Amino acid sequence: MNQVLRLTGSAAIGSTPIFSRVDLTLNPGTWTCLLGASGVGKSTVLRLFAGLAESVSFTGQISDPGRVALMAQQDLLLPWLTVLDNVLVGARLRGELPDKTKAHDVLDRVGLADHATKKPAALSGGQRQRVALARTLMEDCPVVLLDEPFSALDALTRLQMQDLTADLLEERTVLLVTHDPGEAARLGQSILIMTASGLVDVAIPSGPIPRPVDAADVLKAQADLLNQLRRQT
Amino acid sequence: MDRLSGGQVTGWRAGIAAALLALALWQAVIWATGVARFILPPPALVAQTIWDSRALLAQHAAITMAEVVIGLVMGAALGFVSAIALVASPMARALVRPMLVFSQAVPVFALAPILTLWLGFGLWSKIAMALIIIYFPVTSSFFDALMRTKHDWIGMARVMGASPARIMWHIRVPAALPGFASGLRLAAVYAPIGAIIGEWVGASRGLGYLMLLANGRAKTDLMFAALIVLAVLTVFLHAGVNKLCEKTLDRPDVC
Repeated sequence: MNQVLRLTGSAAIGSTPIFSRVDLTLNPGTWTCLLGASGVGKSTVLRLFAGLAESVSFTGQISDPGRVALMAQQDLLLPWLTVLDNVLVGARLRGELPDKTKAHDVLDRVGLADHATKKPAALSGGQRQRVALARTLMEDCPVVLLDEPFSALDALTRLQMQDLTADLLEERTVLLVTHDPGEAARLGQSILIMTASGLVDVAIPSGPIPRPVDAADVLKAQADLLNQLRRQT
Repeated sequence: MDRLSGGQVTGWRAGIAAALLALALWQAVIWATGVARFILPPPALVAQTIWDSRALLAQHAAITMAEVVIGLVMGAALGFVSAIALVASPMARALVRPMLVFSQAVPVFALAPILTLWLGFGLWSKIAMALIIIYFPVTSSFFDALMRTKHDWIGMARVMGASPARIMWHIRVPAALPGFASGLRLAAVYAPIGAIIGEWVGASRGLGYLMLLANGRAKTDLMFAALIVLAVLTVFLHAGVNKLCEKTLDRPDVC
């Protein structure tokens, strides 16, 4: 799908406004990072694209992205299924024939080939999140929504997951909601700060993603983003 | 796990110790009061009666256990299906739930004569009693567990394009099985009560019938013997159901 996705409008829950005058464009094949303070409505934007915002009243226009893949902070693995069956859960839920060969291949790509028959409880937090990434890849959707997927991980695991995810979701239309300026500086091909009065477009560091953590302009961008965030709140 | 199995061993030991304590108290009351044996038979006499009447007791116990097990299986199946239907349909929920709660206000004891009238003196009126008595705990605990399904799992399934029926079958039901198990554990203890009430009202076989018969002929020792056999069988039934639940339905690793 090479369609540009756009969301313009305002959202509220009951009479409490969540965001207003937001105009967000997701360009095909790029990673868009949506950054902002807690409670500013970042996740609501993502849930609107996912079709999961039924308690939210949205006025405005939003493109229909078709079927999307969603990965969140919680891995949402089903504890009664094995790692392999968790990766295959999308097919089962749609009543499709599960493609085990592909699932094994995907598990191999996230480095969990040896863990296919384990239950999620036997894995570490980082491994569980890699299973969630494998499940997301298995969905094979052109549009992928990432809702703070790495924020519960320790610093090193987070770095590795960013590298792996950027590598495996290259060329897809990705919306990454995050509160981590460093993450946005590494992964954003377009970086937007969400504020109460709308979106602020921010200049991105140079180079392809995932950008190195120690590059001068990545560190500079991270610091600038942090300063801007501080000013917005 | 070690700690858990260790706890179970003490559980068994505690059970045996409690039984011995009860026997000692029982004997102490008899020695202290000198009560007549047709009012309170001594434990040794009851044990003797259990042994002497073992064929009779086994024959009646088999009937009661058949009623209990059939009632348990049918009640569990009916509760399983009802809970799913209640969760799946808000309409059913609105209409049936108040009725379910109301039905619990009716003492089941009052229903026994009517069930005997409708279903006869055979097994079925007792199976129906057992079923009625366990239906509510099974349905209600499974229903609650189904309604508590982690919301984000359901959201994920919807994003993946799942129909409500598939969400029910692949997410809600497996997630709620531990809740179903706790209903079953309760049911294993309640079901024998239902069957015995049914037998009291009208039966020609079963431990409940035997108790009533023995009582009427002042054979208190036989009455106590039947009571103890029933209690022991109930404990074993509960332990069996518990074991089955631990093996198939429980999930200590749910997060």
